[in-house]
Amino acid sequence: MGKGAQRWLDLGFFRFQPSEMIKITTPAAIAWYFSEHALPPRWKELFIALLLVAIPTFLIAKQPDLGTAILIASSGTAVFFFAGISWRIMLSSVVSLIALTPVLWHFMHDYQRARVITFLNPESDPIGRGYHIIQSKIAIGSGGLYGKGWLESTQAKLDFLPERSTDFIFAVFAEEFGLLGCVSLLFLYLLITMRSLYIAVNAQDTFCRLLAGSLSVTFFVYVFVNIGMVIGILPVVGVPLPLISYGGTSMVTLLIGFGIVSLTTALTDLSSLYL
Amino acid sequence: MISSYQKTERKTGSEQRRQFLCTVMFCGMLMLLGKAIFLQVLEKDFLKHQGDIRHIVDVNVSAYRGKIVDRNGEPLAISTPVKSVWVNPKQVSDVASQHITGLENLLKMPHGKFTKIIEKNADKHFVFLKRHVSPVVAAQVKALKITGVHLDREFKRFYPSGEITGHLLGFTNIDDAGQEGLELAFDDVLRGVQGKKRVMRDGKKNIIADIEEISSPVPGRDLQISIDSRLQYLAYRELKLAVKSHQASSGSLVMLDAKTGEVLAVVNQPSFNPNDRGDLQGYRYRNRAMTDVFEPGSTVKPFVIASALDGGYVSANDVVDTSPGFYRIGRNVVRDFRNYGVLGLTDILKKSSNVAVSKIANEMPAEEMWGFYNRLGMGQSAGVGFPGEASGTLIDYQYMDDFEQATLSFGYGVSMSVIQLARAYTALADDGLLHSVTLFKRDYDEDSQRVFTPKTASNIRAMLEHVVEKDGTAYKARVAGYSVAGKTGTVKKIINGRYSNEQYLSLFVGMIPAQDPRLVMAVLIDEPTVGGYYGGAVAGPVFSKVMSRSMRILGVDPSFQRDQKKPLVLAVQGYRP
Repeated sequence: MGKGAQRWLDLGFFRFQPSEMIKITTPAAIAWYFSEHALPPRWKELFIALLLVAIPTFLIAKQPDLGTAILIASSGTAVFFFAGISWRIMLSSVVSLIALTPVLWHFMHDYQRARVITFLNPESDPIGRGYHIIQSKIAIGSGGLYGKGWLESTQAKLDFLPERSTDFIFAVFAEEFGLLGCVSLLFLYLLITMRSLYIAVNAQDTFCRLLAGSLSVTFFVYVFVNIGMVIGILPVVGVPLPLISYGGTSMVTLLIGFGIVSLTTALTDLSSLYL
Repeated sequence: MISSYQKTERKTGSEQRRQFLCTVMFCGMLMLLGKAIFLQVLEKDFLKHQGDIRHIVDVNVSAYRGKIVDRNGEPLAISTPVKSVWVNPKQVSDVASQHITGLENLLKMPHGKFTKIIEKNADKHFVFLKRHVSPVVAAQVKALKITGVHLDREFKRFYPSGEITGHLLGFTNIDDAGQEGLELAFDDVLRGVQGKKRVMRDGKKNIIADIEEISSPVPGRDLQISIDSRLQYLAYRELKLAVKSHQASSGSLVMLDAKTGEVLAVVNQPSFNPNDRGDLQGYRYRNRAMTDVFEPGSTVKPFVIASALDGGYVSANDVVDTSPGFYRIGRNVVRDFRNYGVLGLTDILKKSSNVAVSKIANEMPAEEMWGFYNRLGMGQSAGVGFPGEASGTLIDYQYMDDFEQATLSFGYGVSMSVIQLARAYTALADDGLLHSVTLFKRDYDEDSQRVFTPKTASNIRAMLEHVVEKDGTAYKARVAGYSVAGKTGTVKKIINGRYSNEQYLSLFVGMIPAQDPRLVMAVLIDEPTVGGYYGGAVAGPVFSKVMSRSMRILGVDPSFQRDQKKPLVLAVQGYRP
């Protein structure tokens, strides 16, 4: 049980996190909805699609699991983006979202507010809430240019770093492999994202294009939010580092995502397979 | 054509958006990279240091507190290693475990107390559960293997002689710091220096490896004091008995070595046991012999006679007429118990005549008499170095009229502690040399000061031998086989600013053997209510009982055995006393 949040279904042999599957099904649903209508979408379609994103996002944020909520929201937004809504609408949405921040603050859980405060000033509570982020910065900084070497991370090995095999694994990586390792890892992530974006926009089919594009963006958001949090430029939210963090369900959904993107290259018209 | 145009159009739109996204993502990656460079290159040293101070820490290693031993090496205060049980509430995961109940039983805690402690201190990393547990309990606690419960080594102070030396030694607090008595006065000697070692610690503050010893703990130095446990025990036993049988409120006793000024015994009643201070009350733990002052009464009379002899105001064969039993000085009257008639110097001390010493005192200039008192240490601390040591008071000669000088001659208008009184008597005991007093063992006193001539001192001692004769005031202070020189005092206490006729101090100060004293001892019994109140009757027997044993313990030759050629057989063959 992860720190009091109710996110798991225990299936006996396997504990399953239902919100993980939503990361695939939400963009798939919107992509399918948009692909059934003419593009760019009109206001009515935009509204229905917005509901399709907002409902799961809201429910999951309520769970509370801000990390997954952010991923689902961004996967939905990405579909909108690839569906070709006008720059004007996007710009005004961003502006109004910023304006709504105080309202959002009001609806946040106390612990989420605390995380934001901690993010802004980790030293305000160094052995309590600031502990994660301070320890993580220490671990990363201790790595230096070349790192301490494979399995030589003292901060992680000596139990100073919490969640070191899951959400905070980047700190361990950075301590062991240093700045060079970080550059290489970031480069590899960027490569994967670029390649899948390339596949997405070259898809022959609208559904495939939207879904693959969304999954590529989600993959990037995964990486950015996780590393951003571990490195201290974003508040702490529970997002794993894709392909590295320990954790079954997120790996399964990620690999499903990779499968879909790969299929997009193989099939010219995926939707015709089952429609 | 149309469809191909649409396709191109769509692709171009997507391509645009892909490029936009790629730019955004590239910028995002640059941000992450920038921060990584900041942490791993610019802040590296700071963060590495922060990391090190978190897992490489210096911890204190407690130092062994020095022993206090008596003059013969008998231990009086010793430190034994014990364990203390503490808990890190952050590490405790399962408060419902059945081991917790076992732990509570071992530490004699009420059931549920452990959970309460954990809840109350949830944000702490260190809470003592129980300090100073026995090794057996410590082993059992360890065997329970409760996560978060740890053991630390500490030292516990133990006083083998308990309440017999309670006042003198004082005690330490649970952190091994001196709080009272010698433990406080010589804390810096006994304490030693805590050591430091560098260890590697994990995030739960468990020490996982010793890296290096930075400084080894410096054990405190042992302290050898001048006390003789055997004499101390004797003195304690007899004083306690006397205070109990006379139902007195308190009592003090000081025994000094007459040649060196060493304190051989210092005891008080009521006392306390420093090993068990659960019911410690303030009035019990005062070392009254050093901290409390009183008016010495008749015990100062030998000093007046000695001063007058040395000053040439009287000579050894002079007599003083004390009739009709009182002496008028201006509007005041000095009274004797009864009319003693004409008294020689010896009889003045033997009968303790106030009238006679007053007349002698008034023969002397006030300044000169004050000078003798002052040189005998009155109004000045005995200089033992004991915490809270009293100085007493001595009225200034410039403000003294004849009556005040007279009252001073029989011990009113001056106050002193028991140890000051005993010290003053060393001037009579060691042929006119006043000794400094010390709680440390020594062979020779380098700070002795001459107050009286040797002849005067031995004269006074000879006179004081008569005090313990059958018709003297302190027949009960005699010691079989040894000559005793001493003086009694029965002092009216000041109650509400007036001298009381009901509350008294009973005093006896004596030297033994009288010809060449080895020991000086002062006994004070405060407010005896049963079995008389005269110094000779109450304090005298304590002197007798303590000294008769002490002489044998110290192996002093009996006084009557002046013929050295004919040895006295004290022991039967094969028998060791």
